Amino acid sequence: MPVESIFPRLEPVLPRVQKPIQYVGGELNSQVKDWDEAEVRWALMYPDAYEVGLPNQGVQILYEILNERAGVLAERTYSVWPDLEAIMREQGIPQFTVDAHRPVAAFDVLGVSFSTELGYTNLLTALDLAGIPLEAADRGDEHPIVLAGGHAAFNPEPIADFLDAAVLGDGEEIALAITEVVREWKAEGRPGGRDELLMRLAASGGVYVPKFYDVSYLPDGRIQRVAPNRPGVPWRVEKHTVMDLDEWPYPKKPLVPLAETVHERFSVEIFRGCTRGCRFCQAGMITRPVRERSITTIGAMVDEGLKQSGFQEVGLLSLSSADHSEIGEVAKDLADRYEGTNTSLSLPSTRVDAFNITLANEFSRGGRRSGLTFAPEGGSERMRKVINKMVTEDDLIRTVTTAYENGWRQVKLYFMCGLPTEEDEDVLAIADMAKRVIKAGRDATGRRDIRCTVSIGGFVPKPHTPFQWAAQCDHETVDRRLKALKEALRTDREYGRAIGLRYHDGQPSIVEGLLSRGDRRVGQVVRAVWEDGGRFDGWSEHFSFERWLGSADKVLAEHGVDVDWYTTRERDEVEVLPWDHLDAGLDREWLWQDWQDAVDETEVEDCRWTPCYDCGVCPTMGTEIQIGPTGKRLLPLSVV
Amino acid sequence: MPEGPAPAPVVQRLRVRYAKRGRLRFTSHRDISRAVERAVRRAGIPVAFSAGFTPHPKISYAGAAATGVASEAEYLEIGLTEPRDPARVRADLDAALPDGLDIVDVVTVRPVRTGEAQAKPGALADRLEASEWRIRLDGVASDDAASAVAAFLAAAEIEVERLTKKGRRRFDVRAAVSALELDRRAEETADAPCAILRMVVRHTTPAVRPDDILTGLRQVADLAPPSPPLVTRLAQGPLDADTGGLADPLDSDRENDQPSGDDAEAAQGSALPISGEAVSADAVSA
Repeated sequence: MPVESIFPRLEPVLPRVQKPIQYVGGELNSQVKDWDEAEVRWALMYPDAYEVGLPNQGVQILYEILNERAGVLAERTYSVWPDLEAIMREQGIPQFTVDAHRPVAAFDVLGVSFSTELGYTNLLTALDLAGIPLEAADRGDEHPIVLAGGHAAFNPEPIADFLDAAVLGDGEEIALAITEVVREWKAEGRPGGRDELLMRLAASGGVYVPKFYDVSYLPDGRIQRVAPNRPGVPWRVEKHTVMDLDEWPYPKKPLVPLAETVHERFSVEIFRGCTRGCRFCQAGMITRPVRERSITTIGAMVDEGLKQSGFQEVGLLSLSSADHSEIGEVAKDLADRYEGTNTSLSLPSTRVDAFNITLANEFSRGGRRSGLTFAPEGGSERMRKVINKMVTEDDLIRTVTTAYENGWRQVKLYFMCGLPTEEDEDVLAIADMAKRVIKAGRDATGRRDIRCTVSIGGFVPKPHTPFQWAAQCDHETVDRRLKALKEALRTDREYGRAIGLRYHDGQPSIVEGLLSRGDRRVGQVVRAVWEDGGRFDGWSEHFSFERWLGSADKVLAEHGVDVDWYTTRERDEVEVLPWDHLDAGLDREWLWQDWQDAVDETEVEDCRWTPCYDCGVCPTMGTEIQIGPTGKRLLPLSVV
Repeated sequence: MPEGPAPAPVVQRLRVRYAKRGRLRFTSHRDISRAVERAVRRAGIPVAFSAGFTPHPKISYAGAAATGVASEAEYLEIGLTEPRDPARVRADLDAALPDGLDIVDVVTVRPVRTGEAQAKPGALADRLEASEWRIRLDGVASDDAASAVAAFLAAAEIEVERLTKKGRRRFDVRAAVSALELDRRAEETADAPCAILRMVVRHTTPAVRPDDILTGLRQVADLAPPSPPLVTRLAQGPLDADTGGLADPLDSDRENDQPSGDDAEAAQGSALPISGEAVSADAVSA
């Protein structure tokens, strides 16, 4: 059946919307494959605006891997802004892909990548515009399988009502495996309809199908148990781990947008996973073990990616980029290769470590040394022990002193507020640290134009971390502590004016907390918020705390629970957590022990350089740490 | 503070005519400049960079059609650190740009000869005196459009109001229009009612834009298109006072790039194919 492009209907309305270029597709390295020749068709969605969604690595990797396969087609779709949404509703234009402007409802699978829970309302907008019933239970054989992935999918329960399926972990192999299941089922003439397809996916053990699990509750509102409701469905669903990143060197052909996006660079993941063991960090827990990409593959990917894209900047991505076993060689060799080509290199996510100054110096050869960023995360020594961020204040001062001595003029420091066991003085300690930083900079350089920016985020306890049992700090307390910190900085005559403070108020963190650790009962809160106009909750100009609280009060009252119950309540060891049947490989007892260690202010080392601490991931998942050094170096590129 | 080496000097300057077509007409000027910078890198064109901490490629743009407006005649200049054959740059740059951003023509800017002040190349922007526009109005009957055109041309002055960067301004749009006609040929092939206007508009301050002309047509003849107009810039260049048409602004540079007689003829022949059409029989000169 031919599927027609909706572009002829979209084009006349584009002059009426903001930034129409984001809806027209045609990016360099985008692809349009023949619809009728494809046996399996994926619509890949990043549920945020195009400018945020386009650079997303996960979507770009899957887009390329799926389109490389014969008989498989993948196109992309993003959230439309409210101005276009209104026109689409008025004119009956459905949610479309930007590649060939095909209606999303015509695809076999709608795969949605959730980096954050704040995209949930945008999922509902897209489903509704696509003409796909919001609730999975109302969908028929003609509708796509709505599939969630990304870090938020490690607890998909708050959107379980709206999903047909979810996958945990690395997407490369499981996307192809799902494709084969769909291909086979379609080739057989779709036996047993939608349920049979979902059953085949669930039986594989690698795809979670929420409706095949029943959740029962205790009278006090806690979960009694989560159990499969039919034979052949596994009790636990496991995450996926790609074991040799050199075998998966994607993206090879990065998408180059015409519209301006949040990241205008070619990004290469230099490794996945992190075992630093920061207790607040969900990414570090759910992506274990560490798997490095080799220096030679990194070099080849950078070379090819720049040729294919024309980007002027390369980002070396990972959760803690300076931890790559050959990062010094990678930095030096890339800096040598691209010296004099106006290509800039960046290394996000670095530790507080003097070695990072060496790296940063390599990356800024001949260029401006403006700002360096470090993340001590906790203001006091005690707080950093609780969160297992093993950096002392003296480490930090030594590091920033080296930075200032090397010509860097501004240091940016990231912290969190509302951490477990936090007291007022832990947050005030941030001010003391920032002042010491300025003093160290002035002493080291003899200059007064030393700057330090303090950036503070609200802490949200996340599933599959030691803090999954912790009480989230209420937003009033967070706001009070931030205000006291601001006052402490403002009134300091000697250093106050050299220190900038950036923070957000505490309310959005509470909603994020509700969605992060919520269960299936939260789904109807999401729906109520969406029906009340909730959109783009990650954007402060669209976010409404009142709307979330109002909807939550109404929906949750009948279950005898409320927002506080989900957020500021501490859980005990025996409570069944909504995601306990979803297996990130982490041993529950190890996580609990790590939580107890946090409260006792006991630190745990990184298992890359010390004996295994039995987090459980490697034996459970059949994986292992893959790190160098390889001893190889990058040769200069031959002159074209 | 580390100082970078001095940037390589410009040894050749190219003038480039490019088109934005189809759905890429929704690119903004900023979108285009990013796309061109990346295409220059992909194509391996040795573009010069400015000095300083954040070096910028030496690419400058002469005006730019608004977001949503298609164009066959946009212009930019590129400074090169090594000499290149303009024909090869045309092909390489075109291949490196997304479909819809297309390179139409590339010439070398006539070099400055020392001691001859008058040989200094004229700024390209100075040669872009006027634009020829085509406006397609779907759902407008050609007779209605014809009478609106007649009313417009009959008026001595038509003041419109528009929000500019300097606030709301009222200005005359009639004087800037040197030609305005209804293109009768197009409507014969269209299925639904559709009127196509062609016009030559001088570049003035404040700029008189195609939508200002439409505002003027609405004021003089109640012409109100039911759907957004499709606007295309067909040409820009020096205005020929006698014919009311436009000449190719790159012609005066083109003498540089004439290695042989055959090539030269081809280059001249391809210049501004639509300029002859710009003033058809029933066009009225202002």
